[in-house]
Amino acid sequence: MPHEPLTPADVAHLAHLARINLPADSLGHYADQLDAILDAVSRVAEVAAEEVPPMSHPQDIANVTRADVVVEGLTRDDALAAAPAVEDDRFRVPRILEDAE
Amino acid sequence: MSPTADLTRLSALDLAAAMAAGEVSSVEITQAHLDRIEAVEPKVHAFLHVDPEGALASAASVDARRAAGEDLPALAGVPVAVKDVLATRGTPTTCGSAILRGWRPPYDATVVRKIREAGLVILGKTNMDEFAMGSSTEHSAYGPTRNPWDLERIPGGSSGGSAAAVASYSAPLSIGTDTGGSIRQPAALTGTVGVKPTYGGVSRYGLVALASSLDQAGPFARTVLDAAMLHEAIAGHDPLDSTSIDAAVPPVVEAALSGDVDGMRIGLVRQLRGEGFQPGVQARFDEAVDLLASKGAIVTEVDLPHAEYALAAYYLILPSECSSNLAKFDGMRFGLRVGDDGQRSASEVMSLTRDEGFGPEVKRRIMLGTYALSKGYYDAYYGQAQKVRTLIARDFAEAFARVDVVLTPTAPTTAFRLGEKLDDPVAMYLNDIATIPANLAGIPGMSVPVGLAAEDGLPVGLQIMAPAMADDRLYQVGAALEAGLVELYGHTTIEEAPQL
Repeated sequence: MPHEPLTPADVAHLAHLARINLPADSLGHYADQLDAILDAVSRVAEVAAEEVPPMSHPQDIANVTRADVVVEGLTRDDALAAAPAVEDDRFRVPRILEDAE
Repeated sequence: MSPTADLTRLSALDLAAAMAAGEVSSVEITQAHLDRIEAVEPKVHAFLHVDPEGALASAASVDARRAAGEDLPALAGVPVAVKDVLATRGTPTTCGSAILRGWRPPYDATVVRKIREAGLVILGKTNMDEFAMGSSTEHSAYGPTRNPWDLERIPGGSSGGSAAAVASYSAPLSIGTDTGGSIRQPAALTGTVGVKPTYGGVSRYGLVALASSLDQAGPFARTVLDAAMLHEAIAGHDPLDSTSIDAAVPPVVEAALSGDVDGMRIGLVRQLRGEGFQPGVQARFDEAVDLLASKGAIVTEVDLPHAEYALAAYYLILPSECSSNLAKFDGMRFGLRVGDDGQRSASEVMSLTRDEGFGPEVKRRIMLGTYALSKGYYDAYYGQAQKVRTLIARDFAEAFARVDVVLTPTAPTTAFRLGEKLDDPVAMYLNDIATIPANLAGIPGMSVPVGLAAEDGLPVGLQIMAPAMADDRLYQVGAALEAGLVELYGHTTIEEAPQL
């Protein structure tokens, strides 16, 4: 499966989707490396597999449940102990909405 | 009992026997290993965190229980090192990443809980490629681990710290994890025994996920029987892992004690030997196969026609799963947070945090997975890779209709030099060519040392693979090889390792 070579702009887009603030001067290097990897993995297209079901998992199991029994969970203090910032017994996070213009 | 310095040379089984006979205490054994760690760590760097206080307290508790006449589990009081990808309550767990620097999990992984229940003494957490992405342990944010056989060479990866801890006699046992060969390849490169159990045989609860459909924890040891005992201690059904198999643990210890291969049907994989494998690796492999034949094994050839596509399928499936799994490292609830100045948005803070917190290999794989899962590429890349995975599983099913186990060299080469493949991801990925198929199919695999390569004097591993939940066959063949090689050379491979 021939793929279009990745450009630095493509890498910048992928990095944005993945929420990684890559420095601009690293985009070209990543583009080259990702291209080399894509060249290698594109071999999967050589296999005729139209009628083959996809395998997401080694086991033939689905809808696994466990007994509906109350067990001890994490305490609030345990859950918050490693938080970068805490306020009023909650995780404090940066604003999630952009300012109105 | 011998002086404490020699305690580090004993197998886990011998240590357990010496404690049971009252010849030595767990505190003495633990202290001997802590001393050994202090002596060799400046050279090897197998550990990210050593916990002398916790280890000695666990050891003292085992000694007290033994003194009180309590009936203890087989490995009680024996030290073990744990890969830093498994959550240990209250003890740092970094996954080799800067993004988790200083994180202390609020819970134990099931494997860790079982280790504690078995009375094993946790010495510390071992170094690894960041989030288990790598085959050399050079992708650790905390610096590489070195191979005890040659300090200028890598110990393999991603469980390189766990392998090097056992190979350098800093621990008789350790736990690693294997997503595409991360236990078996470092075992091969350090002359140790390493086992990836059947997928679902050992709980993944508390194993920080790389690729959830491939990851599996397993043992490292210097003998096949020691590995079997640790395997038995950590295996079994866990309701906290929905992919955990609800069935009896395969009789691995019994198999390791037997080592009988008379009449066993052994398949050599035509596609995974010869070309592409270092001559000295292939020579040791062939010699080991002859040894098994001399013990009555029936050797034939088998085909895994789609094995040549395993690497490509794996490097689509793994990045896809990892790009999703690693989304949780966002600087919001735990771990590193960068750039939260009261002005920046959550999205900007996430992006700054993930740029600073992740190393280059992790970023490459997250972006590759993001690409493979994106609209327009999903069917051609991820979807097609999943179909190839089905074909590989079918290849194994056909092979196992004809033979009981299949064998390959574990890795194509012996340990390479630090830096040699660091900036060439495709060359690095080729290390796992023989180990990846077992992860894709979910079957168990073992690497057992079979001597040294003639051209460089470095250890060679032979890989044994068996059908799902037939893990005991690995130990049967592994024990036969171990005993056969001792008959041939008068000692095991690891006994030739440098003293450091």
